[in-house]
Amino acid sequence: MALRRHHLHGQFEVAARHGERRTGYELTGLPPGARRIVLAGNPNTGKSVFFNAMTGLYVDVSNFPGTTVEVSSGRFGKDVVLDTPGIYGVSSFNDEERVARDVILAADIVVNVVNASNLERDLFLTLQLIDLGRPMVVAVNMVDEARRLGLQIDFARLRDLLGVPVVPTVATRRQGLDEVRRMLDAARPGRPDPVTEALVARAGELAGLGEPPSDRAEALLMLEDDPQVLEEYGAGPTGRRDEVYGRRRERVEAMVATVVGRTKARLSAADAVSRLTLHPFWGTLILLAVLFGLYELIGVLAAQKVVGFTEDHLMRGHYEPWVRRLLGSLLAPGGAAETFITGEFGLLTMTVTYVVGLLFPLVVAFYLGMSVLEDSGYLPRLATLVDREMGRIGLNGRAVIPLILGFGCVTMAVITTRLLGTSRERTIAVALLALTIPCSAQLGVIAGMIGGLGLVAFLLFFGAIGTVFVAAGTALNRLLPGLSSDLFIDLPPLRLPRLGNVLQKTWSKTVMFLRDAGPLFVYGSLAISLLRVTGWLDGIQGFLSPLTVGWLHLPREAATAFIMGIVRRDFAAAGLTAMSLDAAQKLTAMVTVTLFVPCVAAVMVIYKERGPAQATVIWLSSFAVAFAVGGLAGRLAELLL
Amino acid sequence: MNLSDARPGQVVRIGRISDARARDQALRFGLSEGSTALCEQALTGGPIVLSRGALRVAIGRRLASRVNIQVIPRRRGRREG
Repeated sequence: MALRRHHLHGQFEVAARHGERRTGYELTGLPPGARRIVLAGNPNTGKSVFFNAMTGLYVDVSNFPGTTVEVSSGRFGKDVVLDTPGIYGVSSFNDEERVARDVILAADIVVNVVNASNLERDLFLTLQLIDLGRPMVVAVNMVDEARRLGLQIDFARLRDLLGVPVVPTVATRRQGLDEVRRMLDAARPGRPDPVTEALVARAGELAGLGEPPSDRAEALLMLEDDPQVLEEYGAGPTGRRDEVYGRRRERVEAMVATVVGRTKARLSAADAVSRLTLHPFWGTLILLAVLFGLYELIGVLAAQKVVGFTEDHLMRGHYEPWVRRLLGSLLAPGGAAETFITGEFGLLTMTVTYVVGLLFPLVVAFYLGMSVLEDSGYLPRLATLVDREMGRIGLNGRAVIPLILGFGCVTMAVITTRLLGTSRERTIAVALLALTIPCSAQLGVIAGMIGGLGLVAFLLFFGAIGTVFVAAGTALNRLLPGLSSDLFIDLPPLRLPRLGNVLQKTWSKTVMFLRDAGPLFVYGSLAISLLRVTGWLDGIQGFLSPLTVGWLHLPREAATAFIMGIVRRDFAAAGLTAMSLDAAQKLTAMVTVTLFVPCVAAVMVIYKERGPAQATVIWLSSFAVAFAVGGLAGRLAELLL
Repeated sequence: MNLSDARPGQVVRIGRISDARARDQALRFGLSEGSTALCEQALTGGPIVLSRGALRVAIGRRLASRVNIQVIPRRRGRREG
């Protein structure tokens, strides 16, 4: 069995030719005769563990609805298995649903994974999938947990009611997986609801079109007023979504009443902890403990201890001298080639050192922490806990996720702002990320520099950044028109993360991040070397000296650090660390650098996500705010330190 | 009365949800107009946590104030549904 994980971006092609299915994607490069088996289910049903068990590969297992945005695929015998983001229903409420919908519509067989303890919720999607008419197998997963909760499920009855094979499973222990595998050949379209069926037949007429879509799934989505399907067909809303959803909900309730028997339910320890996480006092305490744990892992262990060894000792101490010696005979000393390849900002020196010695340990530590948080189910509780406070800056609790992710990598965090409900919230979150959140690469440097300055400096630093965060958020909330969306999220059960899952997830995310960020480091180093070779670096230093020397009270060379900071903020932070500065200057430098423009990669993503106008405003105001606040903090520091 | 007025421990019957998007999402989660749920927690000035069977959802306060409810006098035990 070929065990290769590949991402489908680029392998999916929109089938947009006239007369063909308009919604959905075609999977290209399929082996002849291979079936497309698509896993679909609600978040936290163990779908990804399932995927992993089927293909022998691992993909995200995440608890926060919406963090598995990418679609992964793997070989399964001669077939191809595709994993989809966890969804509560098929439509286009958000990015995940659109992705899942398109992959499901392209499926030959849908394996619907449902959580045995939560059939009331999960069967809604099951019935919708049946109404969509694709051949299906239902895997009722985590039956052990349901048994512990005192639920008895009549699987034979459920199979009869749904009209498709139903298999009880415990994916984490690989129980029932062989049965699912066998049942793939028995997959068949289930028993659709006759009332909905009759409406589907009239979907075209109800939407103001003559003919209904020839694809039954598209006809159903049209009936349910899926905005994208309506638009593609140039159809008007049918106004029947409530009716269809309501009817489906009633059928789920009736079905659950027939197939689920309840004995006594008991409150588990996880339930008790779950409540504590939302308690005003204990919840805050737990949050502080979580943040402290993350700081110890990323800020102390990775950024100081590990990086101290890998960057200073391993890379600067051994690797760089070695590569310079190796190429010394080939490159003329002081020449342009030497500057580009093995110079201070060289491709084989600084770039490699930064990626391997600095970024790699930080990114591993960050994703390790995030994976534990995601798999434990804590993140949605955190979103609930902070919802009220986030409301003051025009966001709802869910926005805490991109903001936390920003401490790992602002670029990635900007992409995850898509999970926010409105464009207004995305603007606020992106602006705050760009302005105030230092990424992991930078955090380490800042922690090292501020740590040595004492409590007053520490408070000044956080006071300055915190003030900008609150002020910018409040101002944007006042200025931007419209209202932000409301929090309405599912709180999955708290679980102890599985070590294997956490490690594999950390690894796959790290590799993806480095693959994306690596080239940017190369471009950044080339750009700086170019400025140096042409002599522009010196000119810019002189031009900026009124700002750097006059206002920030920093040495003239600080300008170089800031120019480097345009490429990546941590370049700037690292450059400033190398200068001899007094306490007040150090504080000024760190405040300015933290508020400084995000790295080129982040700016490009902001440009793509928010458009040129917003991206330019955000970028330019980052400069202004960074220098203004940095200078003010410096004046205070001169008085206090 | 509205969901934002619900107190922890109360079993409520959900009435009209005036926000269409929230109504659809509630149906998917398993909360329809007319269904009952337990108010597990109400964060001061913040979200309301409702549970029904194994389902647990958090609803922001502003949205909760647009959901009509009726408090059901509790009978025996703490089963809801």
